[in-house]
Amino acid sequence: MPLTPPITDLEQLKEHPAIAHLQANLPGSVEGAKFDREEMSIYVVRSQIREACALLRDDAQCPFNYISDVTCVDWYPNEPRFEVIYHLLSIAKKERVRLKVRLEGDNPSLESVTSVWPGADFFEREVFDLFGIRFAAHPYLRRIQMPEDWEGHPLRKDYPVEGYR
Amino acid sequence: MAHMTTVPTLDPGQDRTMILNMGPQHPSTHGVLRLILEIDGETVVRIMPDIGYLHTGIEKTCEAKFYQQVVPLTDRIDYLCPMTNNLCYVLAVEKLLGLEIPPKAQWLRVMLNELTRINSHLVWLGTHAMDIGALTVFLYCFREREDILRLFEAVSGQRMMTSYFRIGGVALEPPLDFFDRVRKFADSFPSKVDEYENLLTANPIWMMRTKGVARITAEDAIALGASGPTLRGSGVDIDLRRDMPYSGYENFKFKVPTSTEGDVFARYLCRVQELRESISIVKQTLDGMPLGAIKADAPKVVLPDREKMKTQMEALIYHFKIITEGFAVPAGEVYQAVESPRGEMGYYVVSDGTAKPYRVHMRSACLANLQLLPKMCEGRLIADVVAAIGSIDIVLGEIDR
Repeated sequence: MPLTPPITDLEQLKEHPAIAHLQANLPGSVEGAKFDREEMSIYVVRSQIREACALLRDDAQCPFNYISDVTCVDWYPNEPRFEVIYHLLSIAKKERVRLKVRLEGDNPSLESVTSVWPGADFFEREVFDLFGIRFAAHPYLRRIQMPEDWEGHPLRKDYPVEGYR
Repeated sequence: MAHMTTVPTLDPGQDRTMILNMGPQHPSTHGVLRLILEIDGETVVRIMPDIGYLHTGIEKTCEAKFYQQVVPLTDRIDYLCPMTNNLCYVLAVEKLLGLEIPPKAQWLRVMLNELTRINSHLVWLGTHAMDIGALTVFLYCFREREDILRLFEAVSGQRMMTSYFRIGGVALEPPLDFFDRVRKFADSFPSKVDEYENLLTANPIWMMRTKGVARITAEDAIALGASGPTLRGSGVDIDLRRDMPYSGYENFKFKVPTSTEGDVFARYLCRVQELRESISIVKQTLDGMPLGAIKADAPKVVLPDREKMKTQMEALIYHFKIITEGFAVPAGEVYQAVESPRGEMGYYVVSDGTAKPYRVHMRSACLANLQLLPKMCEGRLIADVVAAIGSIDIVLGEIDR
């Protein structure tokens, strides 16, 4: 399977069920999209991530009803620094889609999706713990892997891999 | 949250309840899981899992290694199914590279992956039964597990931390009598499963301890992110091997056992039937094992054979370059999920075009499955908590990473 260049033109990708559904029911929520290596990524506006997730979950055509994963990538020193990443799966249609939210490095926060999927709880706590991203309206946003009194967020790129801080 | 100074995560709701700490050093928490229970007599009112005691920062370590150096780290995430983690990681990197894998390597991977699944389920069955009080099963399970570990040793030189799968194929050609040994094991194994089932499935004590215990509905299981046998035990028919095939799984015929009850017994039945399906896949790989290379033809990525390295200049140069500076992977990102014995194991690998991964994230099936525990156990007896922990089959190494 030789690599083909990714498609990043939103116009070409708007047929995809998730993008079509979001654009029809939540106008302005899709910032961009990328189709690369058979995987679809959709950039969602920060303030609408929870509504976008709820919409995709309840889509009658292709319900992305299962949250596989929530994680984050730190693009330090670039801005916007963080990308929070949601991997959704449609159990009925056997399809995956990746949602991405870009966040500024200064006091990053966004809305929690635990009210859509309670299963996002531990994943979001982990992102909070290791990246320092705050999830508004999360029921129990505390460190999960590191000790309670730990300083810093180890998976940030400005945190050293070894040695003392 | 691995330390003990700030304990009060649960306050007793009223005078009649008390807080009980279970673990992290507790024989039936399968490692270092700590549970904070609020109990009213013998009844559990609330549960709070506390994890992080085994956090080693593997995801951070991966960012400082070359792509090929990450493979041994993936073994150590889940010590019961090293091959599954190897497979998931190498598939993700191969997808990033756009690498085609020869059929023999794919079939070998499937065979070893299914043996790993059996290995993991045997440890689960033995310890789960032991937690509930059926001590004998443990000895029987470990007898067969030993056979599998010997097979792993024969093929990779290691019993547990195999690191046998490499980016672009597998490490070595299996030894001459390897397939005969696997066939001998595969022929005898179904009767061994009968032995375990004789001890448990119709055993009245086993049924009393597991039927109707720790029930979870399909809706709850999906909402909480459960996967694998834990989800199939609640009647959701999904198996990534069949529904989103990888590594040539589309060539094999197997059933996906499901059960609608959603209790400990249902999950037990799903896993025991998976043992039988897995051994049937192993037999299919033996019958149809293709001939040919075990490594992809990609000299910049795959290490050359030892013999070539010593006789050909070109091979020596590639060997030197891969070892000293790794290989560049085209920029991009990939999420690869496989059906591990515990559920959906996923690797999210981000490349920035250099020889080291920019980000490696492991989607842990156990971390999500653990979230079911409060829903399963609240309102039930403490003894049922032990049964419930066993039935979601957690490995703390994978939860904490």
